[in-house]
Amino acid sequence: MNRQIVKLFGFLLVLYALLFGFTSYWSIFDSSDLKANQANRRPLLEEQRIRRGTILAADGSVIARSRQVGSGNNKVYVRRYPQGGLFGNPIGYSFVTQGRVGFELSHNDELVGNQTEFLSVLDELRGHAQEGDNIQSSLDPAAQEAAVNGLAGRRGSVVAIVPSTGEVRAMVSIPEYDPNEIPKSFAQLNRDQSAPLFNRATQAGYPPGSTMKVVTATAALDSGDFTPSSTLSGRSPIEIEGVALSNSGGEQFGTIDMTTALTNSVNTWWAQAGEKLGKDTMFKYMERFGFNAKPRLDYPGFQRATSGVFDGNTLLGPGDLIDIGRVAIGQERLRVTPLQMAEVAATVANNGELMEPRLWSKVIDADGRETKLNPARQSRVMSEETAAELNDMMQNVVAEGTGTAGAVSGIDVAGKTGTAEISNGVNDAWFIGFAPADDPQIAISCIVEHTSGFGGPTCGPIFKAVAESILQGSSGG
Amino acid sequence: MSARTRELFALIPVALLVTAGFTAVLITNSDQLGNLSVLYGGYFLALCVAVHMIIRIRLPDADPYLFPLVALLAAFGMVMLFRLNEGLARDQANWFVLGLILFSATIIFLREYEALERYRYLIALAGIVLLIMPRFLGHATNDAFLAVDLGPITFQPTELAKICIVVFLASYLNEHREVLVVGARNVFGLVLPPLKHLGPLLVVWGAAMVLLVFIRDLGSSVMFFGAFLALLYVATGRLSFVIIGLALFVVGAWFFAHTAAHIQERFDIWLDPFHDAGGSGYQLSQSIFAQADGGLFGKGLGDSLVQLPGCNHGFPDRCAILPAPHTDFIYAVIVDELGFAGGAAVVLIYALIAERGFKTAILAEDGFSKLLATGLTAIFALQAFVIIGGVTRVIPLTGVTLPFISYGGSSIVANFILLALLLMISDKARRRVRIQNETRLG
Repeated sequence: MNRQIVKLFGFLLVLYALLFGFTSYWSIFDSSDLKANQANRRPLLEEQRIRRGTILAADGSVIARSRQVGSGNNKVYVRRYPQGGLFGNPIGYSFVTQGRVGFELSHNDELVGNQTEFLSVLDELRGHAQEGDNIQSSLDPAAQEAAVNGLAGRRGSVVAIVPSTGEVRAMVSIPEYDPNEIPKSFAQLNRDQSAPLFNRATQAGYPPGSTMKVVTATAALDSGDFTPSSTLSGRSPIEIEGVALSNSGGEQFGTIDMTTALTNSVNTWWAQAGEKLGKDTMFKYMERFGFNAKPRLDYPGFQRATSGVFDGNTLLGPGDLIDIGRVAIGQERLRVTPLQMAEVAATVANNGELMEPRLWSKVIDADGRETKLNPARQSRVMSEETAAELNDMMQNVVAEGTGTAGAVSGIDVAGKTGTAEISNGVNDAWFIGFAPADDPQIAISCIVEHTSGFGGPTCGPIFKAVAESILQGSSGG
Repeated sequence: MSARTRELFALIPVALLVTAGFTAVLITNSDQLGNLSVLYGGYFLALCVAVHMIIRIRLPDADPYLFPLVALLAAFGMVMLFRLNEGLARDQANWFVLGLILFSATIIFLREYEALERYRYLIALAGIVLLIMPRFLGHATNDAFLAVDLGPITFQPTELAKICIVVFLASYLNEHREVLVVGARNVFGLVLPPLKHLGPLLVVWGAAMVLLVFIRDLGSSVMFFGAFLALLYVATGRLSFVIIGLALFVVGAWFFAHTAAHIQERFDIWLDPFHDAGGSGYQLSQSIFAQADGGLFGKGLGDSLVQLPGCNHGFPDRCAILPAPHTDFIYAVIVDELGFAGGAAVVLIYALIAERGFKTAILAEDGFSKLLATGLTAIFALQAFVIIGGVTRVIPLTGVTLPFISYGGSSIVANFILLALLLMISDKARRRVRIQNETRLG
């Protein structure tokens, strides 16, 4: 019988080897897939037990911090947002029941201190509990406040970008929401017709109106087809794609140069220019500015809308049937985000080079080590000469054209207004620009939805207030 | 060094491990350290040394490693339970003491384990009564009738029944193994046992099926039938008998899998636990998720996620993320906290116990002792395989306890009696070997 006993033991060892195999499969080899499994709530519950990193504003004030609730084995951390709704949309929220969105989602790995298992074993041996990194955001509370006050409850958005680095100084979407209220009133906020949870700055597609003429002017100048003194007729109305197009208020112009056409935002002039440039050239420059692709912001993909010409939800290209003359003046089926238009202004301000936009500027780990943002170039959109010519023309808009309301006393401002008529007497009012024009510190886009006012008078003062707030802050130290 | 001295020395690292384990849990839970863990470690060592003294007197030649290995499992269990809920660990410590008392009583009062052979039919009857008792006196947990309510405590008779059944099978097969082999007929290339003796074997198969349907306990059914096949193989040396038995079992299980909803569901969950991860597959998918959190070395004792945050009422019966973390799924908690390394260590301890058990069977002289040692070892090792295999999805999940580790008095007490029998067989076998060696040398 002894031989059989030995064989029986051998068989048992085979069974036990299966246990080794399966245990190692679940705990090691398939571990990351299992952690990503939809049905697995453990990672969410687990992260609740980690002190999530603090999010700081550019001035060092706290935007989000974790507060400990309970103690011992039962302690959890709950997110608090001391500045309430001021940073509601750009930063988002992080709660176990509703998950997370915005900056809280896109920077989750740093905020919970995720690292490789080898490093966590080292931490374990050193007696460190997993702890999140703190992150300093590039957002400036003073600029946020200036934008919120400027919009004064009107639905719309303001985005301010530092042209040379891409850092986002302000990102406001009105109506805002207070992230502290999310656990209690998420359902109600989600149902709200005014869509407070929708970040208009990155998610909303608006017709850009005449602010699009900056893109058209870039294509015209940089392609070499036009110079600032190139002339076209400014009479109104004219036929574009067989349909009559008029200037604002039916105003008539003679044969005028490009600078005059931009200063007075002459629709018929720019529509003709767009037709002369053609779809291929227009799309080439639009794509250089970042149209037709998700903006490269450190933000969740589903919260970054693409700007471009859309048929329903389908993005159109130069091969499609498009009225390019009207695209050139920001009409047609063009939809753009406030972020995209701020990038357009920032590109002109940064001598024609587009920097990737960023919401973070510094990560500080538990040991105090800092990692600073290394600004990244996204594309060379136009030559420095083109940028300089465009800068001069945009200064004219603010000095003597449609954008005088955006003027800041004591410095030169470059800008462009836009008024997209949604229905009779109802407009989306725009202003994009940068200041100071000779040494740009900030580029800003502003939009107010569904207003009776025009771009310059409506958004100009908001641009001015935000620009002043940021320029004072930087000059004051 | 004598066998007993080796046993004594082996108990010291076990006591140190208990101390270290309790220390780790205490540090994690309260960030402070008293002499509490040293106290627990001391109690544990004192108890084990006391029992060691009884073994030293009554079974001086018994295997020196079995008792320390079992103490190691018990220590593992106690630390894990302490980590889950202090009250559970206290209960378990009481059961541990009761188990040690019954262990000592068995080796003191059962002078000759061969006496069991004389009462084999009585023992078999007791075993069957124990098995079907829960159907009449108990209540169903997860559709299976596993426990009998005895006033304030519940009792799982299956744990005790497994010893009775193994004693009967060892005795019966020892007597009939000759005729089973000699009378075997070759029918269409299959070697079949003689019809006359096939009857009792079919009865055992039938009993396993009854267990499956009547008690609805797939786990125990697999365990008992597995031990039966192991004994049949060792007794007759005929693999064909095992294959026929296995085929019969699979046919039966397949039939019931398609007719009994609860068994069918077990299979469906086994094939795809994530299909209904929030419903029927919840337990198994949570078990796997818990193991995924463990990695190579685990999250550390006391550091894994077992309790829903903010839920404080009656853990672990409620508020547990992984249900039954103290009983059926304790292995998943071990892998979660101590990683693959911890899980592998547990499986290795069972493998070492099995090795010592089978070694005892090989050393034993007479057929009954050999078969009894084989049967006891096989059913013990299979029980560990059935529950760990269920928790890790090697086989469909069934509710049997993880011997010496899971929370539960019946399991601890029954397994200590099983250990007592094994040590008694070992003592007799090794004494004979020792005397043989001494006479040869002398």
